[in-house]
Amino acid sequence: MSGRLETTFQRLRDKREKALIAYLMAGDPGLAETEQLVVALEQAGADIIELGVPFSDPIADGPVIQQAAERGLKSGTTLRKILASVTSLRKRTNIPIVLMLYYNSIHAMGCEQFCKAATAAGVDGLIVPDMPPDEAGPLKGPADAAGLPLIFLLAPTSTPSRRRLVAEESHGFVYYVSLTGITGAKLSNVTDIQQNVQKLKKVSASPVAVGFGVATPEDAAQVSKMADGVIVGSAIVKRIASHQQDPGMVGHVAEFVRSLKAAMAPA
Amino acid sequence: MPILPDSHGRFGPYGGRYVPETLMPALLELEEEYAKAKKDRRDLAYYLKQYVGRPTSLYRADRLTKKFGGAKIYLKREDLCHTGAHKINNAIGQVLLAMRMKKRRIIAETGAGQHGVATATAAAMFGLDCEVYMGTEDMQRQALNVFRMRLLGAKVTGVDAGSRTLKDAISEAMRDWTTNVRTTHYILGSVLGAHPYPMMIRDFQAIIGKEARKQILAAEGKLPDYLVACVGGGSNSIGLFHAFLGDRKVKMVGVEAGGSGIVSGKHAARFSGGKPGVLQGTMTYLLQDDNGQINLTHSVSAGLDYAAVGPEHSLYHDQGRIDYTYATDTEALAAFDLLAREEGIVPALESAHAIAQVIKLAPQLKKSQVIIANLSGRGDKDVQQVARMRGVEL
Repeated sequence: MSGRLETTFQRLRDKREKALIAYLMAGDPGLAETEQLVVALEQAGADIIELGVPFSDPIADGPVIQQAAERGLKSGTTLRKILASVTSLRKRTNIPIVLMLYYNSIHAMGCEQFCKAATAAGVDGLIVPDMPPDEAGPLKGPADAAGLPLIFLLAPTSTPSRRRLVAEESHGFVYYVSLTGITGAKLSNVTDIQQNVQKLKKVSASPVAVGFGVATPEDAAQVSKMADGVIVGSAIVKRIASHQQDPGMVGHVAEFVRSLKAAMAPA
Repeated sequence: MPILPDSHGRFGPYGGRYVPETLMPALLELEEEYAKAKKDRRDLAYYLKQYVGRPTSLYRADRLTKKFGGAKIYLKREDLCHTGAHKINNAIGQVLLAMRMKKRRIIAETGAGQHGVATATAAAMFGLDCEVYMGTEDMQRQALNVFRMRLLGAKVTGVDAGSRTLKDAISEAMRDWTTNVRTTHYILGSVLGAHPYPMMIRDFQAIIGKEARKQILAAEGKLPDYLVACVGGGSNSIGLFHAFLGDRKVKMVGVEAGGSGIVSGKHAARFSGGKPGVLQGTMTYLLQDDNGQINLTHSVSAGLDYAAVGPEHSLYHDQGRIDYTYATDTEALAAFDLLAREEGIVPALESAHAIAQVIKLAPQLKKSQVIIANLSGRGDKDVQQVARMRGVEL
């Protein structure tokens, strides 16, 4: 299957570039703004969009994303409405969109129905932070049938056997969690990240993207030297939060994304 | 009966390990250490006897029995445990495990504060650092326990997210654990969360039922007809029930928090208003909306005020092995008063839910029948709250 994700990573490889994966919380502050942001961030240099689905109890997330989820829920955002937004976005953009969502959101809709709807809408992959490969059984079949890659996370605490498991089960890319912690924590131990990503790349057929704690253009530059992709979440969401009432919000966030991508340019 | 859970931590379709990858190695390590520790429990047995004060008594409540003129009522007196509730059985067991794993920092969540107090106590006894997460709403209604935990040297951290109760405290504790997993052991307080917690905590609490089974056979020469216990996460209830699961004639009733009534939507009766889903590491019955968002819950009792129930309970609910019902705030408060006046025992508001069910059940049974209710904790912690509700300033 040659989906949008694969095409994007291939195109970047040809240009010796790395993927900038920009995270947005869907519906923060509203879905209309989310759609504008997706288009604007693509123009600003984002290569892939990771779209968060607001959940009431996001155990893997720090305060910045938690509060964004609360705002998303408050604006009436549901998974169904998000899929409708992706459908409408597909008329305007071809940028790969992966959903980041907690398992209960999928379970409530039903794995099969969800996978069909997500593929039909134009979703390119799923990141489910509270679903390790060990628990993916019920989702795997429907996801495979719908051609929807499951992207698993690997952590600094993961053992070699878990590294192999995650590499084997991941499609689209593997999400390496840069730190032992939750989203929005401070980037640390860059040497560890480098070593772990190298080990992971040896066993993974898919590209490796690094996220959690990448907050500045300098962080992005550093991480882009080690991995195939760089995921920036809380730092983007923070800017959306602080410009909620500002009509120039989209432009401001796009400017930040442009600075991230510029810092990742190959030397 | 098959041994549950299976090797994947499953109780039928329920349970499992729905956690971020960062925690998976820690859960696997915990499972392994627990399996080793299980082989020699002499240290645990020592502390349970000499420090906790086990076995707790099985008390025949004659005045209560006489009042209803029905079944003979026995109370399993977990309120007599050191720190005033069954929670210490698990806290000691897990602190011993943390020592085995050389983890010197302990974290816990707490709702009513009983598990927090038990954990702070066990940590103090072994000289470990302890931090307890507690919703700010619960900190207010259980101010006494907050002070007790601090007295015991624990750091109590308020959680101001969501409903500011137990669920939010668990999420915050999981985030702390995810961040500090290399040095920290998370002592979950009920049969919730990812495998091996529901199994391990059940095993630590199963001593309640093992004792009760022997005690009732000695006192009555037969097994009880009914067991009754309140169900928040479900650790005191599974603790009492577990030793009797194979005794098909022993009926079991779990009592959830009916809050202001099921119709009001303000309750925590998962089996009356919930459906299966995944929250905080486990697949189980949850109070949730059609989109899978977790509902806010309500109960006068902080310890029962939670949107999910232990996965093992979900299986027994589906199998019909245990009946689940609920008691409202009003019924629990009436039971709280009744037990104080008739038996001289002020129960925890959580345990008062079990007593409320005994009040309904006992008159329908014959004098020859026997009920054991689990008095999971004492009510000292609730006195201030009940006084406040009745307009009395202390």
